[in-house]
Amino acid sequence: MIPKDLLYAKSHEWVMVEGDIATVGISHFAQEQLGDLTFVELPEVGDTFEAGSEMGSVESVKAASEIYAPVTGEVIEINEALEDAPEKVNEEPYGDGWLLKFKIKGDPEGLLDAEAYTSVVESEAH
Amino acid sequence: MPYVPHTEDEVREMLATIGVDSVDDLFAEITEDMRPKSFDLPEGLSEMEVLSKLEAMAAKNATDRVSFLGAGFYDHYIPAAVDALTMRGEFYTAYTPYQPEASQGTLQAIFEYQTAVTRLLGMEYANASVYDGGTALYEALMMAVRKTKRRKIIVSEALNPIYRVMLDSYTSNLDVKLVTVPHKNGMTDIEGLKNAIDDDTAALLVQNPNFFGSINDFTELCAAAKAKKAVSIISSYPVLQTLLKTPGDMGADIAVAEGQSLGLPLSFGGPYLGIMTCTKKMVRQLPGRMVGRTKDSEGRTGYVLTLQAREQHIRRQKATSNICSNQSLCALRALVHMCALGELGMKRAARVSVERAHVCAERLTAIDGVNMLTQGPFGNEFAVTLPMNAFEAIAKLTARGFVPGFPLGRYYDGLENGLLVACTEKTSEEQIGIFAEMLKGALK
Repeated sequence: MIPKDLLYAKSHEWVMVEGDIATVGISHFAQEQLGDLTFVELPEVGDTFEAGSEMGSVESVKAASEIYAPVTGEVIEINEALEDAPEKVNEEPYGDGWLLKFKIKGDPEGLLDAEAYTSVVESEAH
Repeated sequence: MPYVPHTEDEVREMLATIGVDSVDDLFAEITEDMRPKSFDLPEGLSEMEVLSKLEAMAAKNATDRVSFLGAGFYDHYIPAAVDALTMRGEFYTAYTPYQPEASQGTLQAIFEYQTAVTRLLGMEYANASVYDGGTALYEALMMAVRKTKRRKIIVSEALNPIYRVMLDSYTSNLDVKLVTVPHKNGMTDIEGLKNAIDDDTAALLVQNPNFFGSINDFTELCAAAKAKKAVSIISSYPVLQTLLKTPGDMGADIAVAEGQSLGLPLSFGGPYLGIMTCTKKMVRQLPGRMVGRTKDSEGRTGYVLTLQAREQHIRRQKATSNICSNQSLCALRALVHMCALGELGMKRAARVSVERAHVCAERLTAIDGVNMLTQGPFGNEFAVTLPMNAFEAIAKLTARGFVPGFPLGRYYDGLENGLLVACTEKTSEEQIGIFAEMLKGALK
């Protein structure tokens, strides 16, 4: 469950880069660890973040966890459907469960490819 | 039955188990000079002797004064039903119980309390309450800091100074900057506050009616804060809130209040009740317990603690607050008080209080040298300036059984002659007349 065509942050966000637009979500592994999500707290359109800074949080019935901006840039769109249906993140973490889109400033740095992220997941899963 | 936690045998056994010879050795770490010199405990007394001793001490309290004190805490009439219902064993607990869902009645009462205060303040969500109005204001300020990730708080000097002292103390070791905008002759300086809000401002703190009793509409001010993405926090007075425009209608993001005026007696500082309400947008930042209504697996109505991911047993060090209970008994009293009076009863109590205060203001300002300090509309409280030091006037009248009000000079430089006077539905016109005559006499 780690698509080959995406990039990943060590903090378990995935990134799909198309030109200067990055779509961001959390990985299958992350949603599985959290359990059934009850709430996704996202920033507002227009907010800007440095890569690695806290940009929101996801809450499940048993845990709450911060989500971090995997890239530097400005939020241009958020997945508003998640307000009423956070379970989409559990059901389709790489599809309808996407979180938000960034207009990237500069080149993304420090992200992992699918292979490197697989070993992160494997080390954390044990 | 005497309360003996451990018998001598048990103490010996425990000491032997950990390998210490005596209780003194156990506390050897505490040096001689750090220990109390003497416990000076008198011999034991019988229950009857204790009672008579305590009654003699209690008799030293002055409970028969006619009081015009307010300053955030008001002597409203409390229906007998409040004591009768809240002292029932099923309800008599100070906190949200542990294993809360096992106490459905307690949770339902908290849920009803939350519903009542959100309606009163015109807001969307309420928590199960916090300690008092000052704590509520501090927690509201921290909600704004978390939400905006900004550090500057704009505070009106016309906000209750007792709260401002609390905020100073609570924030003294935090990375939060309080900026106070001075009052203007007892008025909230709306223009000054507007100008103080900038892109670094996390929150704006104002009070309605303000400390001097002056009633404001903060709608424009809240809009100005919103334009800068700052959070508007209004502290209000629950009893008058039945007559005034609500914080919700003014556009406040958070509305807090001291709940004492809803069924809690004045008792030297507490226990009181911190009412906290907010908009849906802020609810994830709300501290403390919240009760929600739901259905169980068989479709029956049930009550649960909800949105618990805000709290420290789940979110650990990133919890919204370390508050993990509520002021349950006081919240219950407020609920019963509101229900016993109903909307009409609450409005009538508020109207009569306001009328009495206006009669009082007229009588006092008819005296030579006594002038209104509060400008514009006021509710059941107002400030006057006296032709003498207010502390001295208070001492003179208090000695004769009338406490004329609160000395503004205690917190405001230059207002040493200022007196803050409050009335409630309990204040009679006769008392107002006597007060005016006494003050006239004292000024001669």
